[in-house]
Amino acid sequence: MKLKKSLIIPDFTKSPSIDQVGIIERATRFQTRSIKNESKIQALKMVLSMIDLTTLEGKDTIGKVNQMCYKAQHLHDEYAGLPTVAAVCVYPSMVGIAKAAVKGSGVKVASVSTAFPSGQAPLSTKLDDTKFALDQGADEIDMVISRGKYHQGEYNFVFDEIAEIKALCGAQARLKVILETGEIGTLDDVRRASDIAIYAGADFIKTSTGKIGSAASIPVTLTMLYAIKDYYHKTGNMIGMKPAGGISTSKLAIHYLVMVKEILGDAWLSNKWFRFGASSLANDVLLQLEKQRTGNYQSKDYISID
Amino acid sequence: MSKKKIETEKISWEYAAAPESASHIDIKEKYDHFIDGKFEKPSSGKYFDSINPATEQKIASIAEGNSKDVEKAVIAARNAYDNVWLVMPASERAKYLFRIARLIQEKAREFAVIESLDGGKPIRESRDIDIPLAAAHFFYYAGWADKLEYAFPNRKPTALGVVGQIIPWNFPLLMAAWKIAPALACGNTVVLKPAETTSLTALKLAELIQESGLPDGVVNIITGDGKVGAEIVGHKGIDKIAFTGSTEVGKIIQKTVARTEKKVTLELGGKAANIVFEDAPIDQAVEGIINGIYFNQGHVCCAGSRLFVQESIKEIFIKKLKDRMETLIIGNPLDKNTDIGAINSKSQLETIQGYIDLGKREGFELFQSSCKLPKEGYFIKPTLFSDVAQSSRLAKEEIFGPVLAVQTFRTVDEVIEKANNTPYGLSAGVWTDKGSKIFNLTSRLRAGVVWANTYNKFDPTSPFGGYKESGFGREGGIHGLSAYLKFD
Repeated sequence: MKLKKSLIIPDFTKSPSIDQVGIIERATRFQTRSIKNESKIQALKMVLSMIDLTTLEGKDTIGKVNQMCYKAQHLHDEYAGLPTVAAVCVYPSMVGIAKAAVKGSGVKVASVSTAFPSGQAPLSTKLDDTKFALDQGADEIDMVISRGKYHQGEYNFVFDEIAEIKALCGAQARLKVILETGEIGTLDDVRRASDIAIYAGADFIKTSTGKIGSAASIPVTLTMLYAIKDYYHKTGNMIGMKPAGGISTSKLAIHYLVMVKEILGDAWLSNKWFRFGASSLANDVLLQLEKQRTGNYQSKDYISID
Repeated sequence: MSKKKIETEKISWEYAAAPESASHIDIKEKYDHFIDGKFEKPSSGKYFDSINPATEQKIASIAEGNSKDVEKAVIAARNAYDNVWLVMPASERAKYLFRIARLIQEKAREFAVIESLDGGKPIRESRDIDIPLAAAHFFYYAGWADKLEYAFPNRKPTALGVVGQIIPWNFPLLMAAWKIAPALACGNTVVLKPAETTSLTALKLAELIQESGLPDGVVNIITGDGKVGAEIVGHKGIDKIAFTGSTEVGKIIQKTVARTEKKVTLELGGKAANIVFEDAPIDQAVEGIINGIYFNQGHVCCAGSRLFVQESIKEIFIKKLKDRMETLIIGNPLDKNTDIGAINSKSQLETIQGYIDLGKREGFELFQSSCKLPKEGYFIKPTLFSDVAQSSRLAKEEIFGPVLAVQTFRTVDEVIEKANNTPYGLSAGVWTDKGSKIFNLTSRLRAGVVWANTYNKFDPTSPFGGYKESGFGREGGIHGLSAYLKFD
C-alpha cells in the first residue's frame, strides 16, 4: 500500500524571524524597477484581471451591488479587449444578488464572513455566517482570523477555527484568510500568522479588511510571500496572495506584480494566485491604459466611477 | 485531504528595456591633466583610450602622465598650499567644499550616467549609491573644516601639506570624494591620480571644481597608469600618500615610503567572511549575502566573498541563494532594471574567469545563474561554489568579481577561527537574531568593519579601514580627519 505523505504541522512559535530593516530594503528594490511600454500595458491588464472589486459598507444596497457587478464585467467598453475583474467582494447578505448579476461572466463572487471585520463572535456564529454565504452561492470566502486569540498566544484556537471554515468551504469555495496585519503587529507576527493560516488550509492569505487605518503594504506583503514560498518549497502546493486596502495607484500595483514575479515567479502571475482587494485601483489603471494608448491623460469624467 | 489540481496558465511577463538616457551628458573627445586650475596637455603628448566595458567601444582619449606632469602638479599644489589654502580661514575652505557638494548633487544624473558608461556598474547603483554618497562625503567634511580643534580637543591639529592620492577603478567618483573631501577640509592640497580604466568622472569632477571657483592648484588631477602612481609615491615634495587598491601595490608603496618622512594610509584588499547562523532571519540573510558579493559585480574590497553558513541550514540556504541568483538581471549597465553590469576591464574579466576555472578544476560544486549574457562586452554570470575548503585558493585569495565561496561551520568558536584565518581583515558580516551573539562576534572578528544583519552599508560619518594586509589608517568619520592632520 502506498503511504500518503502527511503534512507535518510545524511549531508556530518557531516561525522564522523577520528582520524589518532587511524587508524594507528589499521592498524598496522592487519599487525602483522601471516598467515601460509593452510590459507596462501587459502589467496594467494583468492588474485589472486580478482585482476583487469590493463594496463592504453598512449602506450597501441591491442597487449599489448591481451597479458594481456591471462595472466588474464592463470596466471600460471604449477600450476593446479589456479583461473583467477577478471577482466582486460583498457581505454575505449580498451574495445572492451579486451571483445573479455576474452570472455567466466568469467573474467570481467572494463573500467576507466569520463576523467580518472584527471576528469577535463565537465559532457557531462564524460557521452560520459562512454557511449562509455558501448557500447563496459564494465562490470564495474571505474570513478573518481571531486576532484577540492570536495575541493571547492561542495559536491552536486560531488554527482550528480556520480549519473548520475550510472544511465547510469544501470543494465549493476557495478560502481567503485575512490576517488583519495592522492589528497583528510586527513582521514576525505577520509571518507566524501566515504560517498558521497556510497550514490550517488557506487557499489564499490576505493582508487586511480595509476597515482599519493600516492596510496592505509592500513590506507586509513581502513577508507573506516568503511564507508562501517556504510552504511551496516544502510541499509543492501553491498558496495565493491578496493584499487589500491602500493600493490605489497603477504604479504601486505594478510594483506588487514585480514583487510577486521576483519572489514567487511567473506561475503566480494570474488571478488564480494573486488578487488585489481594491475599489479605486481599477479606475487609475484605466486612466493609465488610455494614456498608453492615446499619449494623453484623460479627465476622470471619462471613466465611470462605480 | 483531497487535492484539487488547479491548472496554472502559462504567463510570461518580461520587463521591457528601460535605458537611462545618455543624451544629456557632455563628454569631450580628449581629456588633459588638470593642473593649477587649468587643463594641460600631457608633456609626453600621448593619450590612451578609455573603453566602455559593456560595449568595448572607446569613449574618450585620456592624457598619459609622466614625471614632468607630476612635477608640475606638485609645484602647483605646493604653491596653492603655501600661499592660498593654508592661510585661508577654515570657514572659507568649508564654503568651497559645500559648493562642490551641491554641484555634485546638481549634476548627479550626468555623473551617474558617465560612471556607468566608463566603469560598467549598473545605473541603479551609480544613481542611488555612488553619486549621492560622494556628495554626502563633501557635505560631511565641509562641516568639519572649521571645527578641527573640537574634533581633537587640546591637540592642535594642523595640515600636512601636499597629499598624493591614488584611487581605484571600482568606485571612481566616490573614492575621489573619500580622498579629496577630508584632505581639503584639513587644509591640505591634493595631487590625485584616478585609475586608468576609469578616469572620466574624476575629470568631470575637475571641470566641476573649476566651476566652483576653488583656488587654482588646490586640487590637481594627473591621469595615467601605475607608472604615474609610482612617480607620485616617490616624489619628494609630497607629504602624505593615501592609496586605495590592491595589497600587492600597497606593499610596494610601503617599501618606497619606508625611508622617508611621508605619512601613509592604505586601504587594500579583502576576503570578508559573511557568517549566517541558523537563527538568522533567513530570507533577509540571503538578500544580504547576495548584496554582499554581487554588489558592483563583486568589485568591492569589502565584498562578502566567503559565506560561512551553519551546517544545519545549509541546504535550504543554498537553495534560496540559487533562487535569488536566478532573479538577478545581468546586462546593459544603463538599463534601470539591471542588477549586475559589466566587469570593469578585459584583464579583470580574465582574472575572474581564471578563478572560476580553478574552482572547476578543484572539483567544487559550481552554480551560475541561467541568464543569457550580452554578446558584446565583459560580462560574467553570478557564480557560487559550494563546499569550498578553507585551504583552497578560492577561499584564500581576493577574486574581486561576482564569485562566492561557500563554506559550512558548526560552532561559534569554529567560525570565528576560520573567519580570522586570512591575511586580510577589512570587513565581515554576522547574521543572527540574537544580540549577544552579534556582540560576541564583533569583538572577536579581526576586521575593520563588521556589519550585523546587513552588509555593504556606507556612511560618511562611519570610519572604514582594515586590519592586517587590508591596510591601515581609517577613512570616514572623525577618524578620517586624523589621517590628514599632524598634531603638535
